Amino acid sequence: MQAFRRLTARAAPLPDANLDTDIIFPARFLLHTSKTGLGPYAFHDRRFRPDGSQNPDFVLNQAPYRDAKILICGDNFGCGSSREQAPWALLDLGVRCLISTGFGEIFAANCFKNGMLALVVSADQREAMMQDAAAALPIEIDLYQTTIRRRNGALIPFAMEPWRREALLNGWDEIAIVLNQDRVRIDEFEKRQRAQQPWLYQGE
Amino acid sequence: MSTTPQTLYDKLWVSHLVRDYGDGTALLYIDRQLVHEVSSPQAFEALRTTGRSVRRPAAHLAVADHAVPTKDRDQPIKDPLARDQVALLSRNTAAFGIRCFDLSDPLQGIVHVIGPELGFTQPGMTLVCGDSHTSTHGAFGALAFGIGASECEAVLATQTLRQTRARTMKVSLNGRLPRGVSAKDAILALIGRLGSAGALGYAIEYAGEGVRLMSMEARMTLCNMSIEAGARMGLIAPDETTFAYLDGRPMAPRAAFWPPALAYWRTLVSDPDASFDRTEVMDIGALAPQTSWGTSPDQTAPVNACTPHPDAARSEAGRRKIEAALRYMDLAPGQPFSEVTIDTVFIGSCTNGRIEDLRAAAGILKDRRIAPTVTALAVPGSGQVKRQAEAEGLDQVFLDAGFEWRAAGCSLCVAMNNDRLAPGARCASTSNRNFEGRQGSGVRTHIMSPLTAAASAIAGHIADPRDYL
Repeated sequence: MQAFRRLTARAAPLPDANLDTDIIFPARFLLHTSKTGLGPYAFHDRRFRPDGSQNPDFVLNQAPYRDAKILICGDNFGCGSSREQAPWALLDLGVRCLISTGFGEIFAANCFKNGMLALVVSADQREAMMQDAAAALPIEIDLYQTTIRRRNGALIPFAMEPWRREALLNGWDEIAIVLNQDRVRIDEFEKRQRAQQPWLYQGE
Repeated sequence: MSTTPQTLYDKLWVSHLVRDYGDGTALLYIDRQLVHEVSSPQAFEALRTTGRSVRRPAAHLAVADHAVPTKDRDQPIKDPLARDQVALLSRNTAAFGIRCFDLSDPLQGIVHVIGPELGFTQPGMTLVCGDSHTSTHGAFGALAFGIGASECEAVLATQTLRQTRARTMKVSLNGRLPRGVSAKDAILALIGRLGSAGALGYAIEYAGEGVRLMSMEARMTLCNMSIEAGARMGLIAPDETTFAYLDGRPMAPRAAFWPPALAYWRTLVSDPDASFDRTEVMDIGALAPQTSWGTSPDQTAPVNACTPHPDAARSEAGRRKIEAALRYMDLAPGQPFSEVTIDTVFIGSCTNGRIEDLRAAAGILKDRRIAPTVTALAVPGSGQVKRQAEAEGLDQVFLDAGFEWRAAGCSLCVAMNNDRLAPGARCASTSNRNFEGRQGSGVRTHIMSPLTAAASAIAGHIADPRDYL
């Protein structure tokens, strides 16, 4: 994965609750089988009008937010479908960090796999950053310190499982790590399971 | 002997530990993966670029369901992107030695319908799929959850996933579902109560008399929509209903494998004194049929009621949510559902595309005609369901009522294929998500049971199925 260490950038406010992965990446574009170049489809039906022109009301079409790398999101962002096209499309737009009070669990896992942060903070903290975003103030994310620094200097610590933090800081390929470290453990598990639950290996 | 009482989730978790990292996460062995055309191309591509192989090809089963057309199936797929995507699944699975049902295969169908009907899904397993409705398979007492494409790749390459242990929630459904009310209504009512993020981070175990009385089809409907309350997993302890369903299925344990499997499956219950992180009780004995009115599955109400007033919200944010949903849905506050006219009806999906669902809808449609203003689709969840329905004459009931009778696929549940609706359409749908644009850009979706959808098709507006029994 792509490493994440520090990021200082302007954030875009997306206050609506339950912005599901169908809104982030409408299903009809799932016919594309590539994981790159999906940015044009991100929030497609909100970013563009039916005639294909940009909708000036949508925040990512407004001058200060066109290249926002951070999104301050409403509750339960990324709920719904497991489609990894949602984080892939956001990543293609340049988004590296999302902040909310909670995320769809599969969406958050998918973000992590792509070196993107989905940070959970309190409702008050999110509200403060929503206001910073509305004022187009930059926000500073430091994964070494696991803190968010607002423009006014206020520090907001965030929780992150140590193994995820380490993987993100180093940009590790998790599959390679498992293949390198755990191959024997997996072999042993299968041997034991095959003895105890042989029906799971029926015909193999 | 262990003395700490365990929940069913605990047992499934512990029995799949390859490595416990001691920080609340573990490397879990994944017994089975269902693979489809949308979430797998990038995973196979990554295997190629990294030179990795599939560790255990026999543990995976592939089928195209999301992008497939549901009519003219003897013709090549018209949409070139869909055609390429479906062909790519066949090529990828052939290259890596994974069994795949192509479109002409009689066993083709929606991943979450074919897994159970083939006996691929079994109690005690870990099972994943690049689809959030993988929670369906928890109805068998399997630890089943949706994953993204990167995780699909990890499972193909290593047969494992690093996971965070979930909190546990027990939901007891007390009472017996009244006539005209189904598992779909129970889960919609529960989601309405918990909220769309109310079960985030939990594995839900459904228990109680209401669940014990349910068929496997109904249990699958229940577990299927756990994700709409935020829970990645729904579980039901396997029992005689489960075992009877599995007995004789083509991929279920055969001959000498059956008795030890059965003996093991009987241990897959939460111990009597096991403690859950959260417990909920819902009485379903007097439940009314439900319909969604908004753009999130928790925006649901009894079908004989009205849309809510934004003033009824307890917070400003709540008020804005109701207002935004009513605006998108083009509904007024306090509007009776019986005044909400619909132009499309969809009966199908991994939530309600099984034989019992078709039987239930056909029971209402028999000797009746759908409203002339309505276009209605019946889309069986699998080729097997379709043939079973045809053997019972249900196809003719749907056709006589004015429905179209289609081939198996996800169809209007995700609207990736050519079944997509036009902007402004309003659909009574047995699917699982009423999200904005879910059935096509600007389309308004009301999710409900097959009974309620059938009654609504006849009435031309949202209707109470109890008036048609």
